[in-house]
Amino acid sequence: MNTKTLTRADLTEAVFHAVGLSRNESSQMVEHILEEVCGALSRGETVKLSSFGTFQVRQKSQRVGRNPKTGDEVPIAPRRVLVFRPSHVLKAQINGQDISSLHEAE
Amino acid sequence: MIKSELVARLAERYPHLYHRDVERIVSTVLDEISAALANGDRVELRGFGAFSVKVRPARQGRNPRTGEAVSVDEKRVPFFRTGKELRERLNDGVDGADDEDNE
Repeated sequence: MNTKTLTRADLTEAVFHAVGLSRNESSQMVEHILEEVCGALSRGETVKLSSFGTFQVRQKSQRVGRNPKTGDEVPIAPRRVLVFRPSHVLKAQINGQDISSLHEAE
Repeated sequence: MIKSELVARLAERYPHLYHRDVERIVSTVLDEISAALANGDRVELRGFGAFSVKVRPARQGRNPRTGEAVSVDEKRVPFFRTGKELRERLNDGVDGADDEDNE
């Protein structure tokens, strides 16, 4: 299978065809969607997009890591990481299953 | 934040658009990403993150209750990797003291 990569330009194009926005506005809209999601996440909110998935910020506490090259111990500071949990619908879709039967399992 | 709240926030920014059009736009974007992944493609959104599909090979599993062996088919799972910019943004203000370079 030859793998393509979908980018902002493709999303812009899809929005452009979906409603009567100009290409410029469509591109801005895509940007604003991502910005709103990033904004919510950076406020520590969970972002739940039904039939797509959930983005959740997790707090990781400090731990001791190791430089794999030198073996030196280095402290890894506490940090926040983002995890994405795909919805059942998305998982099914990716596995080529019929998704019409399982609308919202969440 | 759930999808309807995202739509509401966007609708505030675009007062000239119908609410249902904003809804349609958000769905279009999500559908587009889902369809690409279903197709086995990658989705790369700089600053936000990248979605890809990982293949988990078929394996011999076990029913944990009965101990019975069952074969689990190969399956594909979506995977998300946070983009650099968003990762940094998530950690701003939480621990401002730690701003050393990553190796």
